Amino acid sequence: MSTPFYVSPQQAMADRAEYARKGIARGRSVVVLQYTDGIVFVAENPSRSLHKISEIYDRIAFAAVGKYNEFENLRIGGVRYADLRGFTYDRADVTARGLANVYAQTLGTIFSSAAEKPYEVELIVAEVGPAPEDDQIYRLPHDGSIVDEHGSLAVGGNSDQINSYLEQRHRDDMTLAEAVKLGKESLARDNNGGEREVTADQLEVALLDRSRVQQRKFKRVLGSQLRRLLGEDESSGSSDSSSDEDSSEESSGEGSEE
Amino acid sequence: MEANTRDTGRLPTAFLTPGSSSFMDFLSEHAPEVLPGSRPLPAVEGAVQAPHGTTIVAATYSGGVVLAGDRRATMGNVIAQRDIEKVFPADEYSAVGIAGTAGLAVEMVKLFQLELEHFEKVEGSTLSLEGKANRLSTMIRSNLGMALQGLAVVPVFAGYDVDREKGRIFSYDVTGGRSEEVGFTAVGSGSVFARGSLKKLHRDDLTEEQVCTVALQALYDAADDDSATGGPDMARKIYPTLTVISDEGCRKLDEDDVSALVRTMHEGRLQQPNGPQAPLT
Repeated sequence: MSTPFYVSPQQAMADRAEYARKGIARGRSVVVLQYTDGIVFVAENPSRSLHKISEIYDRIAFAAVGKYNEFENLRIGGVRYADLRGFTYDRADVTARGLANVYAQTLGTIFSSAAEKPYEVELIVAEVGPAPEDDQIYRLPHDGSIVDEHGSLAVGGNSDQINSYLEQRHRDDMTLAEAVKLGKESLARDNNGGEREVTADQLEVALLDRSRVQQRKFKRVLGSQLRRLLGEDESSGSSDSSSDEDSSEESSGEGSEE
Repeated sequence: MEANTRDTGRLPTAFLTPGSSSFMDFLSEHAPEVLPGSRPLPAVEGAVQAPHGTTIVAATYSGGVVLAGDRRATMGNVIAQRDIEKVFPADEYSAVGIAGTAGLAVEMVKLFQLELEHFEKVEGSTLSLEGKANRLSTMIRSNLGMALQGLAVVPVFAGYDVDREKGRIFSYDVTGGRSEEVGFTAVGSGSVFARGSLKKLHRDDLTEEQVCTVALQALYDAADDDSATGGPDMARKIYPTLTVISDEGCRKLDEDDVSALVRTMHEGRLQQPNGPQAPLT
């Protein structure tokens, strides 16, 4: 029998964190942006059916990067939590803050328990409020900490570059089309400051739209509607395509910054 | 019980255990005490006095289906509520109307709505109309114990079948037995009178406005002969509810539209108290 080595708690935690971070960094990113009427999520996702962005409850959505089975498990747990809470109390008592706390506790316990492998996931829980200043966006890294965010953020593989790109360009009063375009451009950033081609087919876009009349504010943006927002529709007028060119100029100028 | 847990604050194991997409299955595993069907029943003598809802009418038309409900809840011979709502949207393309013990029925509808929504969120797709109708069957069946004590809930379920592109109606008995109705049906204490009226007035090729009028006429006839069904309350401006489900989804008619239809019908009834007459040949 071999003698167990002593590993300092710092070292053990650092190893676990590195393990989780590496797992997360392998995947593509998700960006979240506030716009005038709500919050929009843009993810690079080649799959039509395995979603990175989902509805949790009336005003709450969930986005995740990392290992699919792990975040899917957390997503379903969140849906169950929200539905049960809404059923036993009231629909208004289901909040993103409550959900984010439960996720944080869950991730935190898993991260620091030696018996379980840390989850290789990073989550976003967002809630759209009656006015832009009431919007809430929480980022939950693999270790169970919570970061209260505002404006725009990216999680996943290339999040540092994407975040710095977003920081310079995002405004709170963007229209939906501007926000989706910015999301798409930011996802096209790659590690060494260059740009890749990202088309509408590779994107998963969903939004929490406070102007929706329905109680459930979550909506997926699909197919032709997405292409229209991105100005990729061939049938769209010339004004759309010219604004597209403008934005690509911007992004090529930005490449040197890295 | 409450999700935000007893000890650690993390999601309990049951929440993270892969399993069925049904919210009711999850509840029966994790929190059986909140399910209406699994509550212990006290021994009681005779029927329990609780508000009852009464007549619901469902009828198809060329573009979908309409569900109409009167607004009266009774407790014995007392009118318990004058403006109760008995028709609820279940999801985008379906709605459920309830007759029976109001408190339990409303709770059942809430659970049914959540069941459909939960499935939709977990699976990323909606149940078929048939699937929804079957889920409702299961829920009524789980209420059988209470039904035998006089706390029965009898819903009628109607929806637009997006695959078959038409409106469909399902009716139930207290044991959860389900049957699909062709054209129209009615449930509740005034249903016999409503059904008689519908039989004479309903046709397959009605427009949305016509089918709404037919439903209102049937409710009027039900209220005419059944004391537990409320007619349109012109003085208080409390009119029946009309919920239309078409390929555009489920929509409750607003008060102005219903008021206009009710007033036209009422004018007619002032001339002909028994309402429109079917041809004799």
